[in-house]
Amino acid sequence: MLRFVVRRLLQLIPILLGLSVLLFAWLRALPGGPAQAALGERATPEAIARYNELFGLDQPLYVQYLRFLGRAVQLDFGNSARTGRPVTEEFLERMPGTIELTLFAMVFAIGVGIPLGYLAARRHGSWLDSTSVVGSLLGVATPVFFLAYLLRLLFAVELGWLPGSGRQEVRIDATRITNFYVLDGLLTREWDAAWDAFLHLVLPGIALGTIPLAIIVRITRASVLDVVNEDYVRTANAKGLATATVRRRHVIRNALLPVSTTIGLQTGLLLSGAVLTETVFAFGGVGSAIFDAIFARDFAVLQGFILMLAVVYVLVNLLVDISYGLLDPRVRVR
Amino acid sequence: MSAVGDVRRRRIDELAARAGQVPEGEGGVSLTRSAFRRLRRNPVAILGAVIVVVFLVVAAFAPLLAPRDPLAQTLLSEIRPGFIPGSQPGFPLGVDELGRDLLSRLIVGSRQSLLIGVVSTLLGVVVGMALGVLAGAFGGWVDTVVMRFVDIILSIPSLLMAISISVLLGQNQWSLMIAIAVTQVPVFARLLRGSMLAQRGSDYVLAAQALGIRRRRIVFGHVLPNSLSPVIVQATLSLATAIIEAAALSFLGLGDPDLARPEWGAMLSNAQDFLSVRPELAIYPAVCIIVVALGFTLLGEALREALDPKFRR
Amino acid sequence: MSPLTIEELPPRDAGQDGRPVLEVEDLSVTFTRRGEQPTRAVDGVSFSVAPGETVGLVGESGCGKSVTSLAIMGLLPRRGVEVGGSVRLHGQELIGAPDRELRGLRGADMAMVFQDPLSSLNPTVPIGVQVTEVLLEHREMSKKDAVAEATRLLDRVGIPDPSRRLKEYPHQLSGGMRQRALIAMALACSPRLLIADEPTTALDVTIQAQILELLRELVVDTGTALVMITHDLGVVAGLCDRVHVMYSGRIIESADRHDLFARPRQPYTGGLLASVPRLDGARGAPLHPIRGSARDVIPWAEGCAFAPRCDNAQDDCLTEVAGSTVPLEYDGPGRELRCRHPLEYPRTPAGATASGAAR
Repeated sequence: MLRFVVRRLLQLIPILLGLSVLLFAWLRALPGGPAQAALGERATPEAIARYNELFGLDQPLYVQYLRFLGRAVQLDFGNSARTGRPVTEEFLERMPGTIELTLFAMVFAIGVGIPLGYLAARRHGSWLDSTSVVGSLLGVATPVFFLAYLLRLLFAVELGWLPGSGRQEVRIDATRITNFYVLDGLLTREWDAAWDAFLHLVLPGIALGTIPLAIIVRITRASVLDVVNEDYVRTANAKGLATATVRRRHVIRNALLPVSTTIGLQTGLLLSGAVLTETVFAFGGVGSAIFDAIFARDFAVLQGFILMLAVVYVLVNLLVDISYGLLDPRVRVR
Repeated sequence: MSAVGDVRRRRIDELAARAGQVPEGEGGVSLTRSAFRRLRRNPVAILGAVIVVVFLVVAAFAPLLAPRDPLAQTLLSEIRPGFIPGSQPGFPLGVDELGRDLLSRLIVGSRQSLLIGVVSTLLGVVVGMALGVLAGAFGGWVDTVVMRFVDIILSIPSLLMAISISVLLGQNQWSLMIAIAVTQVPVFARLLRGSMLAQRGSDYVLAAQALGIRRRRIVFGHVLPNSLSPVIVQATLSLATAIIEAAALSFLGLGDPDLARPEWGAMLSNAQDFLSVRPELAIYPAVCIIVVALGFTLLGEALREALDPKFRR
Repeated sequence: MSPLTIEELPPRDAGQDGRPVLEVEDLSVTFTRRGEQPTRAVDGVSFSVAPGETVGLVGESGCGKSVTSLAIMGLLPRRGVEVGGSVRLHGQELIGAPDRELRGLRGADMAMVFQDPLSSLNPTVPIGVQVTEVLLEHREMSKKDAVAEATRLLDRVGIPDPSRRLKEYPHQLSGGMRQRALIAMALACSPRLLIADEPTTALDVTIQAQILELLRELVVDTGTALVMITHDLGVVAGLCDRVHVMYSGRIIESADRHDLFARPRQPYTGGLLASVPRLDGARGAPLHPIRGSARDVIPWAEGCAFAPRCDNAQDDCLTEVAGSTVPLEYDGPGRELRCRHPLEYPRTPAGATASGAAR
């Protein structure tokens, strides 16, 4: 198992290197190049020249790349053109919010999706089955930001049941420790702050979780329908095991294998969707920062954020692969 | 021997004659034909196909079908802050925030969605297939290099990838299409490679090799055609994704800046500002996007089922 | 003596050894699918198995022998399947019995070994758990005792180093080991009836012989009733006391093993025997395959299903000519036959001439 993990970690290196080349090239290829990216669109030619000299941009490309790589390893992606603060600092400040949001969305998608998909398969052909199939198709076809607007309009603006913007009520002067607002509230025993931060997660979390939910329902349903017809389920029944044992040990366990792979892939969708959802709900996470950076043409932020999000995505997929190895013994020996 | 016996006897003889023959696999029904037959029996496929056909017809004849000029700000004078006129004679769905006929804009907008969907998917398919065939046909280090490249593209969440490309290429409709296409490339590359690798060890390829047929002919004459059905299925599904993704990029301000071309995604994003005044402005284009995406998805899923030999009976 | 007789065993009749373990009477299975004609996969099948007796169900794939075994075990899906007739295990009716009751019997009183040992084992659960779960389900046993018992079981079916194997997963075992493990699971609670559905088909020839030997030792010698489902006449010759040949969902010939091998009466049985290459035949002597495949059938209601492939077929093999369907009839002591134009043999002696006539 350890060797499996180490091998997977080693396989990450070329991918991360490739990523850095790609994003390095991306910044060079931008109109105006990195100097403009760092200084903003209104920078004077003199300022650009000074910047180029200062950061060695007049040197050969490979030297520049190595320097970029050296700084990237130390998580130094320069400063934001908009705020002047280091990109990494902004990222670390905003990432906890996005993590909270994606966790909520994933828990929602898994918590609802797997039971629903399982029930749909058990009652194959029933109205519950048809409804969940139609619903999951609709869920995938709906643009995330539209759903987010709809939820916000209905539950926040019209009905006023849940907060529709931000991460926490401004009036609550909560203490910050980790920037995970819910966690902070719990750590400092400011229960109302934690509860309020949690409520702020509900609408964006549901909007964000809908597509993964739809996909998880479909995969679980299809997978359970497949597994139920497997020979080993017949064997388990031939052994006269109790229905609950057959389901738990022989059906669900195997049916969850493809579902777990999908969950890893969904992280990409979640990070993509976070850009849209956070923007709609003015949720101060990484996603809304990317949206702001696009509008402000803040390329340093875009480069750093995309690179760091890609690393997060790759790491999450690694974790999923490892957990897959735990679930399926056949993968481990390979 | 009775007359009845004769009839029956002939029947047995027929069966006996058939019994003497080498049993035929599927009774001579080709894969495409039987797939088509099964598609026609599948209500999901029919629903998907109807949606897609209606969409294609509307897009093709949009200028003829649109009752009004989608750009004429006919009812601009009636728009006041907090009020946008709804359905009325001559304007069945009302007008948008600039007094333009919504129905006409939706009808004409279908063209742009179709164009973006088709062009970006085609680009993705062509490049992806080329990479996949390269990797699958040559194997070895070519395979390693190509697949590492694909893995790198895959390691950036698709919307972020599209954002980077779009920012890089500037704001126009071609950059939008290329941005979406790039996110599709890895899917098709992996699909083709997987399919070719699976077939490389198959008996019919070995047989072709044993007969001394050249690799290029094996790849293009046998392996590639056999890999096409998953590509067709995936392309149909990708069309849906492309249309939704285009809307998302529009929302992020990376869409087509040319206001003379109505586009569903842009209409939907613009309407967000008037959601509390007239939510229909957002709902109609959203419904268009959802229905068309659904149509392609249903058709794609039905195709997958019909073409998958596992489902053949 | 017939050259086909492998071994002399006293012919055992179901009634002789007291009550039979399994009685199947007029069993029928119909598959009903939405929008499709119902198909009758098994029709009017009756047979019984006494303790210690081995009964073979023989036929080509698709003849209904596997469906018969699943129907006995109650393992057919509930939806889209109609099961008729009667199946009694030690007098207890199984058809229509509640699911709970069946689950109590399966694994404990009747067990089954399947064809493909790899797909029949759960790939994500260690072998040990898959063995102990039967014991824990049906016997009052602590987990520790169950593990000890599982070790003993694996040892008994000839798996070396059983305590290590318990922790391994199915993909880590060889094909023969997997089938041994499946047999261990089936025998865990010493069932009175074991159904083996083509247990050797997926295995190498050398392993096949070992598995058959194992079944003979563990099952036949301990007095368990065994139903052997196979298309392999070699398996029948080596193991079965009584043989029922099935075709298109019905039994077409029943006989004791050596009667069947010496004097097959149904032309289909004759064809099956003639299709087997033989060492004692003249070199270069042609094989006699049966024409066509099991798909070239006519419904039993219209006549003999085998008629289209049969060399002996006459007009009255058809219901419309004969006025009735072909019945399964008494055909001498211990024999039953469904055929209007069976293979004929000179009175006595049997032997070489008989096998010649069978051709």
